[in-house]
Amino acid sequence: MAVVLPCVRGAIIPQSFQSQTLSQPLSSLSATRRGLPKEKMSENGVLSRAKVLTIDTMNPTVKKVEYAVRGPIVLRAVELERELSEGMKKPFSEVIKANIGDAHAMGQQPITFFRQVLALCSYPELLNDSTFPEDAKSRARRILQSCGGNSMGSYTASQGIDSVRQDVARYIERRDGGVPCDPDDIYLTTGASDGIVTMLKLLVCGEGATRTGVMISIPQYPLYSAALAELGAVQINYYLNEEKCWSMDISELQRALDEARRHCNPRALCVINPGNPTGQVQSRQCIEDVIRFAANERLLLMADEVYQDNVYAEGCQFHSFKKVLFEMGPEYSDTVELVSFHSTSKCYMGECGFRGGYMEIINMDDEVKAQLTKLVSVRLCPPVPGQALMDLVVNPPQPGEPSHDNFIKERTATLSALAEKAKLTEQVLNTIQGISCNPVQGAMYSFPRITIPEKAIQEAMDKGQEPDMFYCMKMLEETGICLVPGSGFGQTDGTYHFRMTILPPTDKLTILLNKVKEFHQKFTQQYS
Amino acid sequence: KVYTQTEHSGQKKLRLLSRAKVLTIDTMNPTVKKVEYAVRGPIVLRAVELERELSEGMKKPFSEVIKANIGDAHAMGQQPITFFRQVLALCSYPELLNDSTFPEDAKSRARRILQSCGGNSMGSYTASQGIDSVRQDVARYIERRDGGVPCDPDDIYLTTGASDGIVTMLKLLVCGEGATRTGVMISIPQYPLYSAALAELGAVQINYYLNEEKCWSMDISELQRALDEARRHCNPRALCVINPGNPTGQVQSRQCIEDVIRFAANERLLLMADEVYQDNVYAEGCQFHSFKKVLFEMGPEYSDTVELVSFHSTSKCYMGECGFRGGYMEIINMDDEVKAQLTKLVSVRLCPPVPGQALMDLVVNPPQPGEPSHDNFIKERTATLSALAEKAKLTEQVLNTIQGISCNPVQGAMYSFPRITIPEKAIQEAMDKGQEPDMFYCMKMLEETGICLVPGSGFGQTDGTYHFRMTILPPTDKLTILLNKVKEFHQKFTQQYS
Repeated sequence: MAVVLPCVRGAIIPQSFQSQTLSQPLSSLSATRRGLPKEKMSENGVLSRAKVLTIDTMNPTVKKVEYAVRGPIVLRAVELERELSEGMKKPFSEVIKANIGDAHAMGQQPITFFRQVLALCSYPELLNDSTFPEDAKSRARRILQSCGGNSMGSYTASQGIDSVRQDVARYIERRDGGVPCDPDDIYLTTGASDGIVTMLKLLVCGEGATRTGVMISIPQYPLYSAALAELGAVQINYYLNEEKCWSMDISELQRALDEARRHCNPRALCVINPGNPTGQVQSRQCIEDVIRFAANERLLLMADEVYQDNVYAEGCQFHSFKKVLFEMGPEYSDTVELVSFHSTSKCYMGECGFRGGYMEIINMDDEVKAQLTKLVSVRLCPPVPGQALMDLVVNPPQPGEPSHDNFIKERTATLSALAEKAKLTEQVLNTIQGISCNPVQGAMYSFPRITIPEKAIQEAMDKGQEPDMFYCMKMLEETGICLVPGSGFGQTDGTYHFRMTILPPTDKLTILLNKVKEFHQKFTQQYS
Repeated sequence: KVYTQTEHSGQKKLRLLSRAKVLTIDTMNPTVKKVEYAVRGPIVLRAVELERELSEGMKKPFSEVIKANIGDAHAMGQQPITFFRQVLALCSYPELLNDSTFPEDAKSRARRILQSCGGNSMGSYTASQGIDSVRQDVARYIERRDGGVPCDPDDIYLTTGASDGIVTMLKLLVCGEGATRTGVMISIPQYPLYSAALAELGAVQINYYLNEEKCWSMDISELQRALDEARRHCNPRALCVINPGNPTGQVQSRQCIEDVIRFAANERLLLMADEVYQDNVYAEGCQFHSFKKVLFEMGPEYSDTVELVSFHSTSKCYMGECGFRGGYMEIINMDDEVKAQLTKLVSVRLCPPVPGQALMDLVVNPPQPGEPSHDNFIKERTATLSALAEKAKLTEQVLNTIQGISCNPVQGAMYSFPRITIPEKAIQEAMDKGQEPDMFYCMKMLEETGICLVPGSGFGQTDGTYHFRMTILPPTDKLTILLNKVKEFHQKFTQQYS
C-alpha cells in the first residue's frame, strides 16, 4: 500500500485498485448493518475497509461503563411510549417514568422568580417591561454586568463568574453558621456530575497495587461506578446498613478499606448525604465519625450534598460535612481534604435541564488547585444560564423584596408536597407483603427491599438477567411503570430492591403505588 | 519535599507529616499534568490580573486590556440575534407567551421546543442524545446544507459545545498500549483542545504540518510523512481536520477535502471534521464544503465506508453564543455496536444543557421568508457577517504593512495567525528566561499595550518560526486601534532587540 499511496493524488491507478480490492468488504459491511455476523477482513487478509472503530477496538474502559438510571429499562420505556403513541394496545394508557429525579417532567412547577430573571438575562429588552418585578430586574442586571459584553452568550471565567462564586461563598457561610468560605475555593460546574468526574479524574494514578481506589457506598448513585470504570480506578464498595435505615458503619468502612489496601491504593471516600438512591439523612455523629475515619486513614472526602434542602423526616436535619469538619477544630479543619458538591437540579427548584452546579474545595494543595483550574479551562466554561440559576438559588429574594412572599410560598409548597409524598410512599409500600421500605428521610427516592420468589429468580437467571431487572422489566410491560432495579445501584448479595422517585403529583403517586402493589401481588402469586 | 516549607516550625511539621495532603502534585493524575490549553493559559491569567490592577487604580501604559485571545464574540460587543433571544426568553418564562409584543414566529418556535420538553419545561432532563425534535431539525438543516444528501436524526448527538463532542469521540477511539496505542493525527498549528484531550486520554498526538506558504493548506504528502513515521511507534486511527481553520483561518478547497477523504479511506483512518466555522467564510472564491457532502459526491465506495464525524456549535458563525454551550455532532458510517456504546456513554452525563439545545434548534431552523422575524433576522445576520468579512480583510492588510510580520489571507473563521520575525537577541533573552520566544513577545506586548494575544507556540508551529493568534472580533474602530498598537509595539520591540 505504501508504494501505491504516493500517487493517490493523481487518482489514476489507485481508483481502479481501490474499487477492486474494496468491493468485497463492502458487502460484508452492509451485512453488519443488518445485524448479521461480521467479517472484519477481506480476503488476502487486507484490512482495507473494515470499520476503524469497532466494539473490539474501542476504548475498553468505556465498555465497562454502566449507568442504570438511563439503562435498558429506560430505553424500553421510551419504545413503549412510541408504541402507545402509534396506537398499539397495551395494558396501560401511559408510561410513568419514576426512574429518575426529574421534577419538572413530573409536573413540578419552576420557581417563578428564577425563570423571570432567566428570561430577563436571555432578552434584556425585557428590563423595560413594567410587568417584571424590580428585584428580578436588579438580579438580572447584576448577572449581566458580570458577563462579557453584558451577554449570557459570552464565555465566562472557566471557574465560573466571579460574582456568582461570591454569592455561593456567602450562601455557604450562612448555611454553616458563619464558617468562612473563600470564593476562590468555589468552582461552578455543569451539574454536580461534572464536578464529581473532574475530582475523580485528578485522583487517579498508579498501576496495579498502587492504582487509586475510591470508596463508594453500596447502594450508590451509578455516576460513581461509571466514572471510576471509565477512569480505570478501583471501586471499593462499602455497604450501607439497611437495618439501621441505610446508615454508615465505621466498622464496615474499615473492613472495606483494609481489604482494598491489599490490591490498590485507597485515596478517597465518597458519601452521598442525603442519600441517593436510599433517601437516608446521616446524623451529625455519623458525619463526625466519618471525618475522623478519613483523617486517620488519609482519605480525601467527597461529599455529594445535592439534596441538602430535601430533608423531610422529623428529627432529621442536614449537616454539611464542612460545618461538622470545622466544629471538630483545627486539627481536622486545617488538614482534611474535602470537596462538597451542589447542584440546581434537585431540592425545591428541580432545574435539571440547566446543568448548573458548584463544588467547594477545602484544604486542597495549591499546586493541585492550579492543575484543577487549568483542567477546567479546556472545557472553557460551564453553561452560563446554569451559572445564573445557581446564583439565584444561593441568593433568592430576601424579606422585603417584592418577590419574596411568592418565592417562599412556592418553595414551601414544593417541599411540603415532597415531605407528604415521602411519607405516603413509605406507608403504602410497607402495606405490601414482600416489600419493606425504610423511611424516606430525604432526597427524592424510596429504595424498598423486595422479596422475589425462587421460581422468578430461576427464570431470570435462565434469561441471564438480574432478578430485580427481570421484576422491573415485567412491571414496565404490564403496568407502564418505569423503575430502576436495585442491581443498577448495587446491593447486598441475595437482596433485591428498586428505586422509585417520589416526584409524581400526589394523586398520580397514589395510583402508581397501588399499581405497584397489585403487580407485586400478582407477580408473587404467579411465581410461588 | 512536600514538607520543606514547614521545616522551620518543628511542631507544625510534625503534624503536617502525619497529615500530608492525600492529593499533591506528585500524586495526582499524571495525564492531567500534561494537559495544556494556551487559549486560557498564563498570558490570559496575567491579563485578568492586569485588569484587576487597572480597576484598583494602578498606573499602566494603557487604559484597558483588550482580550483578542479568544473567539468570544459577544464579549467583543457583537449583539445577539434578537429572534434567538426572544425564543429563549419565552422558553425560560412561558408566561411571556401571552405577551403581545413578542412576534408570532418566536412564540411558535418556543411552543414547539417546550412541547418537546418533559412537563413543558426547560428544567427537565432531555434524552441524553438530545431532544428528538431538535435532532430532526438538525438533520433537515444538514440535508439543505449538503444539497439533499440524506441525514438520519439518529446519527445526531447534541453536545455541550463542540468541545464535548470532540472529547467524547476521542475517548471512544483510545485503546492499546505502547506500539498499539491509539494515535490521532492533528494539524499543526492546531486548536489546543485537541492536544489537551489527547494528553489527558494518554493517546499519541501525531502532528501533520499545514503549509503556510500555500495559505495553510493541507498537503497529502505531509499527511503521508506524518502517518508513516507514526506507524513505527503507535497505531494511527483518526485524522482531525479543522475547516475553516483555527487558528489559521484558511478555507480548504473541495479538491483538498476530496484528497483527504481518499487518504483517510486508503489508510483506514476515522475522519473528525471540526466544522464549527462553517458560516464564517469571507474570502472571494472561497466556499465552505462540508466533508459529508464531498464524501457523498465521491460515490458509495467512499460514502458507504469512511467513518466520519462532523462537529458544529452555537458558539461561532454569526450567532457567537459561546456561553450557552450548544452543539451537535453527526456520526456517519459508525459501527452499530460502537454507536450503542456512545449512547450509553453520553447517558452518564444525563443531557446537554437544554437552553443550548434550544439555541442549536434555532440556529438550524431560523425564521423563514414570510415569517414576521425573517427580515430582521437576515439584516442582523448579514450585518455581523459583513462586518467580520471587512475586519478579516482589514487585519490582513494592516498586519502585512508591518515589516517583520507576514499574514496569510483570513479566508474564514475568526482569527489571523501572522508569522512574526523575532530578533536573535530577543530569542536569546526568552530562552534565558525559559520562555518560548513568541510567549516572551506576547507577554511583553500585553504588559506594554494591554493587548492579549496567544503565542503561536500554544498552537504548535514549524520549528524556528513564530506566530501569534489574534481574533478579528473587536469592532472595526477598536480593531484599527489594536492593529496600530501591534504595529507600534512590533517596531519598538524589533528596534530594542536588534
